Amino acid sequence: MTTRTETTPVIPLPATAATTLTGLGALAVAASAAMSWTWTSDFPGDLTYYGSPVGLQWLAVAAGVLTLALLLATLGTPGLRWAAPTRSNNAVLYAATGALAVAAYSVTSISTELGGLANLEPGGWVLAGGGLLGVLGALGLPLDRRTHVPLRILDKRLFLLLPAAPVGWIAAHAIPGDKPVAPVMTALSGALAIAAGAVLLLQLGHLANSQLRLGKVDRPLPAPRELPSWVEVLLIVAAFGVGSYAITFGIDTDYGELFIGYLLLIAFMIAALAGSGLLGRLRALTLKYRPVTTGAAFAAAASFPFQTGEQYASVATNILIFATVALGLNIVVGLAGLLDLGYVAFLGVGAYAAALVSGSPASPIHVQLPFWAAVIVGAAVSMVFGVVIGAPTLRLRGDYLAIVTLGFGEIFRITMQNLNGTTGPNVTNGSNGIPRIPELNILGFDFSQTHALGGIQIGRFGNYYLLMLLVTALVVLVFARVGNSRIGRAWIAIREDETAAEAMGINGFRLKLLAFALGACLAGVAGTVQAHVTYTVTPDQYTFADALPPNSAFLLAAVILGGMGTISGPLAGATLLFLIPKKLEFLSDYQLLVFGAALIVLMRVRPEGLIPNRRRQLEFHEADEPAPPAADDDTTALTKAGA
Amino acid sequence: MTTTTAPLLDVTGVTMRFGGLTAVNDVSLTVGEGEIIGLIGPNGAGKTTFFNCLTGLYVPTEGAVRYRGTVLPPKPHLVTQAGIARTFQNIRLFANMTVLENVLVGRHTRTREGIFSAILRLPRYHHAEAESREKAMELLAFTGLAHKADHLARNLPYGEQRKLEIARALASDPGLLLLDEPTAGMNPQETRAAEELVFAIRDQGVSVLVIEHDMRFIFNLCDRTAVLVQGQKIVEGDRATVQNDERVISAYLGAPLESTTPAAPEDTQ
Repeated sequence: MTTRTETTPVIPLPATAATTLTGLGALAVAASAAMSWTWTSDFPGDLTYYGSPVGLQWLAVAAGVLTLALLLATLGTPGLRWAAPTRSNNAVLYAATGALAVAAYSVTSISTELGGLANLEPGGWVLAGGGLLGVLGALGLPLDRRTHVPLRILDKRLFLLLPAAPVGWIAAHAIPGDKPVAPVMTALSGALAIAAGAVLLLQLGHLANSQLRLGKVDRPLPAPRELPSWVEVLLIVAAFGVGSYAITFGIDTDYGELFIGYLLLIAFMIAALAGSGLLGRLRALTLKYRPVTTGAAFAAAASFPFQTGEQYASVATNILIFATVALGLNIVVGLAGLLDLGYVAFLGVGAYAAALVSGSPASPIHVQLPFWAAVIVGAAVSMVFGVVIGAPTLRLRGDYLAIVTLGFGEIFRITMQNLNGTTGPNVTNGSNGIPRIPELNILGFDFSQTHALGGIQIGRFGNYYLLMLLVTALVVLVFARVGNSRIGRAWIAIREDETAAEAMGINGFRLKLLAFALGACLAGVAGTVQAHVTYTVTPDQYTFADALPPNSAFLLAAVILGGMGTISGPLAGATLLFLIPKKLEFLSDYQLLVFGAALIVLMRVRPEGLIPNRRRQLEFHEADEPAPPAADDDTTALTKAGA
Repeated sequence: MTTTTAPLLDVTGVTMRFGGLTAVNDVSLTVGEGEIIGLIGPNGAGKTTFFNCLTGLYVPTEGAVRYRGTVLPPKPHLVTQAGIARTFQNIRLFANMTVLENVLVGRHTRTREGIFSAILRLPRYHHAEAESREKAMELLAFTGLAHKADHLARNLPYGEQRKLEIARALASDPGLLLLDEPTAGMNPQETRAAEELVFAIRDQGVSVLVIEHDMRFIFNLCDRTAVLVQGQKIVEGDRATVQNDERVISAYLGAPLESTTPAAPEDTQ
């Protein structure tokens, strides 16, 4: 099934008018940052000043400037043409929509938090107007569109929710507050309102889709200009520099409103850059210089504590631990296809092993091994646990394995709780855990002290961040090398079809056990660092599900959301899954609701994950692909009807 | 039964029961070095069950399967390692792997590179990997799929998927290849190409045991053909013996009369 495309505007406007409108809108959004958006400093970040942009205003500057740059690049402005190799106006539209999203979000959050549109200063109005103008203009540009998109109508029964929601609201308010059913009715009417809103939004989305008919930009990239290889390498480095800055900005956002605005901007800008072809260019470059890319990625990651303070280094360290464990889980889930719902237990095994041999006064084993030995102990004990748990369970397939691993994860936690001297021998100090794990000291480098590295003060979390980055690098190396080898191919074969894999001579059980053991071992290594970072190891850190990562449910979500079977996928997924709940804390009661909704939306939009494996992408978007050569499909009808 | 060479595969009295159902009943069969043996029978006769008994997927209730004189272990991967490779009736490729990777998976038993070798990437690893790739590309060239090495297996047309299954099976350097309905769903041209391929495989010194419904294909190809009906081998022999056997005719047609199938020769009454 191939979809036909055309290049037409959505709103018929003269070409110059559309361009001018878009440009003016983008300029207005960027310029509004120099004006006051609101009169009071009650809104986080204090947006009351003229001439000195802060927080959300910087996002507006970025959105406006990027939109303008992409517009000029698409028009073919000399010097900017590199930014839009495809010359597709869709990129401009996405960027302008990103600007509108930032503007709309800023204006609504200002007016809801402060109580009314009256709280907007002229800058706020310029921002909103500019955002709207930009999108209107961009819709008048010739866009890459499908020729026909049928309007999808939701199941008619769902529309019954629309009248039901106000009825529920009236009913909930009609009942006096002292009746026992009142809270139930309130909750029910709330749920009805949310469901009705979702239906309305979905149907509006379908309507917009059938009207806008925006398709994927699949214009071929023109051949890149011949550049000396050192320039290409520099381009990769520059791209990673920009990426590192963008991620650092996200981690450093110090209030929730800024983080949401940032996420909106990033999402639309990535769409815009993909549409302009710039991301395709970058991918071609990174494929050409793989070692440089890996090096640049790690250099960018290592630069983090040099750019930011101790507070965010602690967040980043926890992200790294979470991401590394997610990558280890990706071996088990993504490569070998084994659904493990108790994976966090292996992180716990590593952490407990390291805590026991760390010399903590609460540890019944009064030894203090050097860190390298503790890592080996943690990895080995974890691996043994992996084999012990895997050997009986890996004979099961699919859902059964998932349930058994879920059970083992909980058994680990409860066992650690019970080894407290009362209900069992005292090994782990029960639910109090093992506290006062001493700080690491490797070759005289004291991790608890602030050190000056290259003239910049790196504090405790910065030190641990850099150590954890080494562990991450190790896990990435192992994943990359094993994944692309005889063993990795065997894992993927088992994931694809275990019976066929065994018929090809693969010892399924043995290889699944190997995947399980390797995954456990890597999580154990991460656990040994985690024990020192958190000072204390308690059983409650290693649950199946919790509001904050890492726990087994979040780990699995990071792998699936990020992209199964890839390296960067779980890393990106883990980063996002760590930051979203953390930054949404200002939503208090609604935090998990919004987080859940965000997950549903993400999985609906990108079922293959943020950074999909090439194979998975084909699996989920078969309809978008050019039809495979199907010459033989027609002729199978002519086959012999069995003798 | 005429066996001109020493038996490569020696199946004696294999019986497979599932509870009260006897799917395969006391079947004996030999395959000699360099032979192509056919196995036919109506649907549900137990042909695939018999195959599964040979390849270790099922453990036969009674009887023994010997390959080159040794009894085969009842584990699919060990059977493959011993030298028997198979294809499946309903194609079972690794759909989301490339064509080349599918064949490389077939090389699994003939390579030794373990996890430490993969992590350390010593010269030996690169050497073994290059050798595997070379061998896999040879097989793809042999089956005419070399130009599609980087395609995903799922995107191949039906006929090429069948070929890829054969290439993947051959990658394990088998002495005996078991083909389960290799031409099911193929048009006449493709069936002829498959015939050529099976002959070419035999010419490389690999014996072939093939299940098929297509009589023309079977009789063109096979040195001997065994007929399985309701789990029992009722006859085995060359084309004339099988075609003239009344039990075969009644098993296929029920009543000795009209038919459009090529399986019903005119001179059988």
